Amino acid sequence: MKILVPIKRVVDFNVKIRVKADRTGVELANVKMSMNPFDEIAVEEAVRKKEEGTATEVVAVTIGPAASQETLRTAMAVGADRGILIETPESPEPLAVAKLLKAVVEAEAPDLVIMGKQAIDDDCNQTGQMLAALLGWPQGTFASRLEIAGGTATVTREIDGGLETVALTLPAVVTTDLRLNEPRYASLPNIMKAKRKPIETGTPADFGVDVTPRLTLLEVTEPPRRKAGVKVDSVRDLVEKLKTEAGVL
Amino acid sequence: MAVLVIAEHDNAALREVTLHAVAAAQALGAPVDLLVAGAGCGAVADAAARIAGLGTVLLADDAAYEHALPEAVAPLVVQVAADYDYVLAAASTTGKNLMPRVAALLDVAQVSDVIEIKSGDTFVRPIYAGNALATVQSSDRRKVLTIRPTAFPAAAATGGSAPVKPVDGPPAIESARFLSQELSRSERPELGAARVVISGGRGLGSKENFQMLERIADRLGAAVGASRAAVDAGYAPNDLQVGQTGKIVAPDLYIAVGISGAIQHLAGMKDSKVIVAINTDEEAPIFGLADYGLVADLFQALPELEEELAKA
Repeated sequence: MKILVPIKRVVDFNVKIRVKADRTGVELANVKMSMNPFDEIAVEEAVRKKEEGTATEVVAVTIGPAASQETLRTAMAVGADRGILIETPESPEPLAVAKLLKAVVEAEAPDLVIMGKQAIDDDCNQTGQMLAALLGWPQGTFASRLEIAGGTATVTREIDGGLETVALTLPAVVTTDLRLNEPRYASLPNIMKAKRKPIETGTPADFGVDVTPRLTLLEVTEPPRRKAGVKVDSVRDLVEKLKTEAGVL
Repeated sequence: MAVLVIAEHDNAALREVTLHAVAAAQALGAPVDLLVAGAGCGAVADAAARIAGLGTVLLADDAAYEHALPEAVAPLVVQVAADYDYVLAAASTTGKNLMPRVAALLDVAQVSDVIEIKSGDTFVRPIYAGNALATVQSSDRRKVLTIRPTAFPAAAATGGSAPVKPVDGPPAIESARFLSQELSRSERPELGAARVVISGGRGLGSKENFQMLERIADRLGAAVGASRAAVDAGYAPNDLQVGQTGKIVAPDLYIAVGISGAIQHLAGMKDSKVIVAINTDEEAPIFGLADYGLVADLFQALPELEEELAKA
């Protein structure tokens, strides 16, 4: 069984982002970039399936600027067998990404696609569902548990009221939530080995996909800042203030 | 110009978030219809018909829609959407699961998690865990939106008398099957809709200690929440997680206990009206946005709080 893992290069989750003064976006120059954390969970899950003997090959694919090669190397250092880079000047919108991924799926014929439920930059939470729709495949989003047996993926999903379990006939798309696994760190020998693993590159034109944005970004602003309030000395003081000053008790 | 809102329900009752989605839809300034897809959900449609200001309630009552599987519901929504300019749902786990599938089948971009409607094609949404707000303009003829329920008021649940009209969808694909669900049972108000929320972090130290929060919650009529650290440590179930990737809440009063205030968590609660933080570390980032901060050992402060509230 082959697993395809789409990954995205994003601003590292530890970076405190700054909105550009001209409101055209978020400052990306000289900012640490990393693999989207939900995608790390996706790579880890795919690699575990290979280690268990359920999967035979793990292919990582990314869409973005040339520097996204680094993100593919990270995935390969953790255990992905090879990488595919579709080069674009900027990250396309989720719908365009889903169309490109559909083309990759058609070329690679994986049995399963595992990907992050959302990227922590645009927070869209769309691409996996869109890919499943375009392929006509079932989807298991926000997965906290994934079992593969007899051509079926059993997916436990984190939903608002608790957990839901669905059975998907493969091929299928699964998107990861935080508690699916804890990704490993790549070892130095594996990082070295990953440098020799193959990366195929292409462009959206190679796949005949139009990545023209449907949304125009008019401006990016800072959210209204909350000011720190006061420190209270005791629980009694706190309850008093909540009753009289804030009027919420 | 017309708006189709997708109702969220459990086949017995309408979920509160639907009322917020209807209010957001009404802000678009066009007639609003509601689609109720489920199985044996006639009572939901009847309740929905009483929502103030709705045009028509469309009822798709079929076994295929019982568990709101997106594989079955998305083709139905696409078929119904032919008569509408907007398709809108709450950005709940149900809406997030369904709507991108609808958008892709319609070949349009989705605008996720809208917090403000500027005009018929311009919307504001948070990016980078709410650390920036993006204003985007959609060029798609048909627009698919998910809205953040806490950013819009609730439409009045009564006062309307919309007609209920049955609709049929295309046959569902059979590659997805519902197996089971485990829902947390609680007498407390729903986290997303509660007027008061009391949340615990890793500082609570154990699942047992979360009961201290629960006792206070019951006294306040509050919902209980948790930080990601507390959920990861197994002190609280996943559906209590407040934060960027969990629930977004905006109650009148939010009490954070033993929560340091990771960006991820703040993204989920910073729009609360009044924020209280109780933490031993006076440098904790949560104090940077709390209206009232108490630097104290929570194991002393919580019993005291319970006692003070009992006096009232």
